[in-house]
Amino acid sequence: MRVAVLKGGRSLERGVSLRSGARVEDALERLGHDVLPLEADGNLVKQLASERPDVAFVAMHGPGGEDGTTQELLEILGIPFTGPSVAACARCIDKVLAKHELRSAGIPTPDWFAFNETAFRELGAADALSGLEERLGFPLVVKPSRGGSALGVKFAENWFDVPEALVSAFSYDDRVLLERFVDGRELAVSVLGSEPLPIVEAIPEGGDSYDFEARYEIGRTSFVCPAGLGEAETAAVTEAALGAYEALGCSGFSRVDLILAADGPQVLEVNAIPGLTDTSLLPQAAEAAGMSFEQLVERILELALAPANA
Amino acid sequence: MPDPPHRRSAHASSSDLQRYAGLFAERTQVMRSSAMRDLMAVTARPDVISLAGGLPDTSTFPAQTFAAQMTRIAQESAAEALQYGPTEGFRETVDCIVEVMGAEGMLPDPEDVIVTTGGQQAIDLLCKTLVDPGDAVICEAPTYPGAIPVFCSYQADTIQIECDGDGMRIDELEATLERLDGEGRRPKLIYSVPSFQNPAGVTMSLERRRRLVELARSRELLVVEDNPYGLLRFSGDPLPPLYQLDGGDFVIYIGTFSKILSPGIRLGWAVAPPPVMEKVVLGKQASDLCTSTLTQYFVREYFAEGRWREYIESLVGIYRERRDAMLDALQRHFPPQATWTEPEGGLFVWATLPPFIDTSDLLAKALRENVAFVPGQAAYVDGRGRNSMRLNFSAGSADEIREGIRRIGKVIGEQVELYGALTGEQPAVPAVAKQKSVETENVVPFRKAGEGSA
Repeated sequence: MRVAVLKGGRSLERGVSLRSGARVEDALERLGHDVLPLEADGNLVKQLASERPDVAFVAMHGPGGEDGTTQELLEILGIPFTGPSVAACARCIDKVLAKHELRSAGIPTPDWFAFNETAFRELGAADALSGLEERLGFPLVVKPSRGGSALGVKFAENWFDVPEALVSAFSYDDRVLLERFVDGRELAVSVLGSEPLPIVEAIPEGGDSYDFEARYEIGRTSFVCPAGLGEAETAAVTEAALGAYEALGCSGFSRVDLILAADGPQVLEVNAIPGLTDTSLLPQAAEAAGMSFEQLVERILELALAPANA
Repeated sequence: MPDPPHRRSAHASSSDLQRYAGLFAERTQVMRSSAMRDLMAVTARPDVISLAGGLPDTSTFPAQTFAAQMTRIAQESAAEALQYGPTEGFRETVDCIVEVMGAEGMLPDPEDVIVTTGGQQAIDLLCKTLVDPGDAVICEAPTYPGAIPVFCSYQADTIQIECDGDGMRIDELEATLERLDGEGRRPKLIYSVPSFQNPAGVTMSLERRRRLVELARSRELLVVEDNPYGLLRFSGDPLPPLYQLDGGDFVIYIGTFSKILSPGIRLGWAVAPPPVMEKVVLGKQASDLCTSTLTQYFVREYFAEGRWREYIESLVGIYRERRDAMLDALQRHFPPQATWTEPEGGLFVWATLPPFIDTSDLLAKALRENVAFVPGQAAYVDGRGRNSMRLNFSAGSADEIREGIRRIGKVIGEQVELYGALTGEQPAVPAVAKQKSVETENVVPFRKAGEGSA
């Protein structure tokens, strides 16, 4: 089969995407496919139109590749593609939109408020911030609505940290959210098709759950898969994750990030196209389920070509 | 088709990685990468005006000279130039080094010189020779971002001493030495870039140079003077290197051909007292046996031609114009709350923004405008520098620099305005609206040297 691997792009997660893409290409070659590596740049559509691959493997992260833009182009060209649909991507990339959907569907997600820049610049939203302490409490987490990894995510320990954290978050997106901080175990549930894979737990080495950057470094965060959870906990986490996956309309594969707090799981976000690098969580989970990376890639392709997705 | 045998197995899975992680040396724990690394990957996009790198301009090096010299090497010395060489480097290369150092008034004993693979290797070899895990290493705050991973990989306890417009604060250094003394500790080395410092662009005053050298002598401490830019002075009077003031007993010198000829040839050097040099040579043997013989031949040919000073002069002219373009653009486009250094040479300006701006995050916003810089945090071991940035003026044309600074100024202006809206503080008037002259108030590097800080 002729498989185009779309990678790169202009998002800040370009580096991760190139690594994901390279690894997928490698696996596809081993599986005997005819691989067409494509950098997502100004020639992408032209190349796709002339090369006519049977399927496109979208190994892109962040805005442009994970937000439905690339998926929309592939739909126009009539090329089947891996991972979630245009609509699901658009919902997942925007944390604010995703949280509204989750709440409507009854999936637990931490309380939040969202603001866009206009609200502050033109509507005097700063005056509304004083209500935050009562509603969300401190510490709280300030995040850009769209953005991957830890970029622009800050903790505000108190009222005085908020403006600075907002300025940082607004560097990445014109909409930000302030979210109640939930203390608990950090878990990720990857879903393949409609099957949940074993749960991964991220354990920060120094015990500092405030250090977001550490989470992305081998040696500074250890990952345990399957996570050591009791039966009831596993069931609750899996149910929340599958609920989130369905609520956002995901298909193919995605990864749901949660916190397991004392009173149960809370869904933080859903990554429509999670990383596929050596250190990424989806491949770890697949491996714990007894799937090699090649088998994972093959299954993702099958799902892309399944009649339900056509 | 069978797999090509040299390719890494695709079966390197996540759990393999955890398995490798179990084999990692402890020192890798402190080798940090970060989200910033991913940001920096984006700065390499061709449509980005990058003020981030530290690249010298190699575009004006005469291609014919290059071709003629390499041809001569191929015709006359092919076998030798393709062979291993001595670990210390060729004597002829050392003669060129002595000539370069002589141009700044230094007279090293050729026996004390080792040719290294760039100045970077010299930093590495000196740490390898001197630093045990937990040892104190002192450097400037901010310091050369490329030195930090070296200090980290030898598990040094890196202590940074504040800089101001006159370079490293010697009073703070003394206080730190006292404190360490009280703990029964002695720093293994004091690393400094005294001239046109990377990243701050500041130059250590003569008085402080003298005091640093005296301090090292009286306490028998080693100063490592890294001087890649000394010959790239655009204005002001030359100052004697620490090595010259000290005579080479307690000052170890690092030099490089990277900024005066080419970084691609990877040729640098260190000058150290014989007992230290002996160990450095052993260390280099273990690292790479010898520095490229081919590029040492190239340098020999190049110096024989006798025009190396002219070439540096031409570089100085180019960089001076670019520095001026950058300073002018900063004055026009950066907000009044920003300050920056006004370097008399070298490759970098260091700008400091209001404390509520995190330059790592600002970089993300700047990249959307297709412009890049190095966030200040890269020059500190402890997370300081969050509201500063390093700006390079050697790599781009004056027009690119002006446009790059304009774009950065725009995103800073937006953040300043937003912060004002968030806190009710008066939004800042963009500098450009005030039509300021190019002289004045923003050119306050750090605090100017004040009382008790000389």
